[in-house]
Amino acid sequence: MMLLQAEHIGRHHPDGQDWLLDDVSIGIEAGSRIVMTGPSGGGKTLLLRALAYLDPIDQGMVRYHGKGVRHEVVPRYRSEVIYLHQRAALIEDTVEVALRKPYGLKVHRHRSFDRDRALRLLVSLGREDNFLDKKVAELSGGEIQITALVRALQLDPQVLLLDEPTAALDGPTAAAVERMVSAWLDEDDQRAMIWVSHNETQAGRVGRTAIRMEAGRLCK
Amino acid sequence: MILCIAMKPPIELSFWQLAVAMSLILISAAISAALQLGLGRRLLLAAVRATAQLLLIGYVLTWLFVPDRAAFFVLAMMVAMTLIAGVSAVQRNERRYRGIWIDSVISMWATSWLMTAIALFGVVQVQSAAEHPAWYNPQYAIPLLGMVLGNTLNAVALSLDRVSHELVSKRDHVETLLALGATRWEAGRWAVQQAIRVGMLPTVNMMMVAGIVSLPGMMTGQIIAGQDPNQAARYQIMIMFLMAAGTALGTFSVVLLCYRRLFNSDHQFLPNRLWKV
Repeated sequence: MMLLQAEHIGRHHPDGQDWLLDDVSIGIEAGSRIVMTGPSGGGKTLLLRALAYLDPIDQGMVRYHGKGVRHEVVPRYRSEVIYLHQRAALIEDTVEVALRKPYGLKVHRHRSFDRDRALRLLVSLGREDNFLDKKVAELSGGEIQITALVRALQLDPQVLLLDEPTAALDGPTAAAVERMVSAWLDEDDQRAMIWVSHNETQAGRVGRTAIRMEAGRLCK
Repeated sequence: MILCIAMKPPIELSFWQLAVAMSLILISAAISAALQLGLGRRLLLAAVRATAQLLLIGYVLTWLFVPDRAAFFVLAMMVAMTLIAGVSAVQRNERRYRGIWIDSVISMWATSWLMTAIALFGVVQVQSAAEHPAWYNPQYAIPLLGMVLGNTLNAVALSLDRVSHELVSKRDHVETLLALGATRWEAGRWAVQQAIRVGMLPTVNMMMVAGIVSLPGMMTGQIIAGQDPNQAARYQIMIMFLMAAGTALGTFSVVLLCYRRLFNSDHQFLPNRLWKV
């Protein structure tokens, strides 16, 4: 089943006529494990951001379950298709406050924070039992990345758009993140993900389909 | 018994007397020179501008205050004051976006004219004045609008600067919230709140110390002009409440207009619309 479709999307450079994204079309079916590679500045991040509809696109359309993503449906869409930033931003006081944050948003208000589940996910990534009480200001770059990933996973999205999620992590933690994302996909065959990676061997491990972005164009 | 205070017309200032006061700028200049603050040219410009502008407005108001001066001229003066205030609020801001001028002018205009109208018709009730019973009686309309504008200008400039600064410096946070499903209001609300707070606080603080630490400008002026201090205090009270409401309304308006420019209806944050001057 087709979950997410980008049809001929394009985006201009704000100052000129150059295309940052040039007529990109991609379909993401349920169960997809897509890994995206390509040189820096080739448009990988921009494509993920366009798929999450975080940036205005100048041409083309993003469809989710066959319906165009516009206006008032956007927050609900983004709660199901979550984009994870390369450098996640946490400004909350503690890890627990950061993990609770999305439940204050209208789109997630019908759900509630499951402390045990969050802790289980964190422990499986090699964190200590007291990690939830840690001050965000004292976290390392890798720990911030882990917190952001757990924050997204606990919301049970249907599609994850992961922008170099393990770039700041050491080897064992990166492997644990790979396992966790893989287990999350195994839980439900309606889920899918795109994973941006610069690491060839990781790309081989996490993805079943490979795509490549170069100069704003998609090369399959 | 009615306590009568002998009210005398104020001592008139000659240009020579003014010159004594103006020479005080040398103190500022000396400090700037000694500490190499580099404020010399600015000080000179500020001194010249303040003197010229105030002398000029003195002549303009004298001309405007001639009985039976047409309402048109008072209105034109008020419009000019409002436009200048709207533009000045933007000029103090180092981040701009397309439409910032119109947002600032709209906010200043709507707020200050509403407040002045309430003061003129609701409080002072100029329409029932013994002499010159018209809404545009410049003796009231011009100073009241001027006081509200001056204060709102500060508030609008402060809050415009704050809202753009907050959103840009915490851009990653705004986008993280949006990526988790936040609406544009949920993602930008905290910046809006902070900016309005920052805009309103100086006026609230001023109200706290009014009459204790400082005798505010309007009251001082009326006392020197020979007014009963009790009446001067009442006018000052009215003005303070006008200012408080004016800053609240002005900052609320300008910050929301700015928010609507930087977030679109697709719940996207558009920081590229901001540029630095």
